[in-house]
Amino acid sequence: MEGLLPDLDVIRKDFPILERTLAGGQPLVYLDSANTSQKPQVVIDTMVDHLERHNANIARAMHQLGAESTEAYEGARDKVATFLNARSRNEVIFTKNATEALNLLARTIDLGPGDNVVITEMEHHSNIVSWQLACERSGAELRWFGLTDGGELDLSNADQLVDEHTKVVAFTWVSNMLGTINPVVDLVARARAFGALSVIDASQAAPQLPVDVQAVDCDFLVFTGHKVCGPTGIGVLWGREELLNELPPFHGGGEMIETVTMARSTYAKAPHRFEAGTPPIVEAVGLGAAVDYLGHIGLDAIHRHEQTITAYALDGLQSVPGVTVLGPLDATQRGGAISFELDGVHPHDIAQVLDSRGVAVRAGHHCAKPAHARFGVQSTTRMSSYLYTTPAEIDALIEALHHTRSYFKVG
Amino acid sequence: MSAELDNLYQEIILDHYKNPHHKGLRDPFEAQVHHVNPTCGDEVTLRVHLSDGVVEDVSYDSVGCSISQASASVLTDLVIGKPVDEAMTIHQTFLELMQGKGQVEPDEDVLEDGIAFAGVAKFPARVKCALLSWMAWKDATTQAQATDEGETA
Repeated sequence: MEGLLPDLDVIRKDFPILERTLAGGQPLVYLDSANTSQKPQVVIDTMVDHLERHNANIARAMHQLGAESTEAYEGARDKVATFLNARSRNEVIFTKNATEALNLLARTIDLGPGDNVVITEMEHHSNIVSWQLACERSGAELRWFGLTDGGELDLSNADQLVDEHTKVVAFTWVSNMLGTINPVVDLVARARAFGALSVIDASQAAPQLPVDVQAVDCDFLVFTGHKVCGPTGIGVLWGREELLNELPPFHGGGEMIETVTMARSTYAKAPHRFEAGTPPIVEAVGLGAAVDYLGHIGLDAIHRHEQTITAYALDGLQSVPGVTVLGPLDATQRGGAISFELDGVHPHDIAQVLDSRGVAVRAGHHCAKPAHARFGVQSTTRMSSYLYTTPAEIDALIEALHHTRSYFKVG
Repeated sequence: MSAELDNLYQEIILDHYKNPHHKGLRDPFEAQVHHVNPTCGDEVTLRVHLSDGVVEDVSYDSVGCSISQASASVLTDLVIGKPVDEAMTIHQTFLELMQGKGQVEPDEDVLEDGIAFAGVAKFPARVKCALLSWMAWKDATTQAQATDEGETA
């Protein structure tokens, strides 16, 4: 099949979990990578090696292990900066996850009555609720782009939504539910034209597309480690250095200060300004190994692989009677997460039957209830592929969906 | 694995799913609650009508999977017409079965069709589905009793 990663067999061997079997000796067909990706051996080994040989606190331990640990942690920052094509390593802030990164921004960007924040109807809850809270606190108004029937952003009223009172335009690059790839460059330009800050949620984009913050020219961008083959517990906030240094601190504590007296403190510059307390050191080191791994394979090649698998999966899904796919049907216009309905069977029940055949998918609202409500559905089943997904695994999914229909006696 | 799946999706459950009993919202009622399963989005709106310490009616409107829908149907079969105390005992018995990790032997005399849910207890992710309407019923009944007592006093 044209477009697949050339060394797919070799890549699969990098992921030890893909070798395991499930109850009844079923092979694992993991189609839940938009939820969390699997981890290559190099990430696992790097983290184990750090814990076995280099473990110490960073930036405060005056001994050899402390120096090694600091070097590993700061080295991970360099790797992430390269991954994003950031101008400076100081623009990379480690957070707990993308959610924390978005909350950091929603907490620290100055908003007030008369201001507005513009989001979209296809956001993950983390990019909705954090701004709802910010608007409730500050008296700012929350606005949002609606969606077209085809699952694209409805930009027809963009000129009314984004205006001179807009302070923030926050949007996802790739929808975790619809798979839609948004016109991020246009949205960033629209925000900038009104002096608003642009915030991109790249949680679903970073795993599967080349992310170049200078090319996109955004102000802030967030993603999470565990969806890019890294561990959980680590995420990234990238921001323009001058903007980061204008924001007030988020959490107060050790490592984020210049000096502290009992009466007042002064604060370090980014990135340490936003990294109070002992950070998730080994998780950051693991993330560094993960983005190195992806960079080595090449994000362009991974993107091509995802599009090829997605096109194959869209074809397969349309061969199952009663299946309706939500979001764009053109694989070149979307990411690798495909949400669908199957007439007569609830997504939970679909996922349960698929699981009994070793096929792991997600069922529910995927933390995108408003996007589901827009299409009049309560929940969907979502398959999501990644660089290790094979056409044979898609075949297994389609076969299991046919089985699900017969199990529940529909059609 | 298929046997376990059949254990989960007993015919009784699929029957209740396809033909739910007592479904739809009805008057009169003393309490109405809306419960959701935040992880999956399943929802139930449920009303309770009590009279002289007896569960006169339980009506509901719900969206969700086969387990949650069948469970609501079985709940209404079991508690409608029963004294509140007895219905609460049935609730407790069902709760213990669901939380028993598959180790609790179901009592058919008390739970009737509810014994079909014994297999659900082995699927931790689905226990919440089975309990959604039961928790809603207990909440609504407690509220209805408070109203009742308030009026009596």
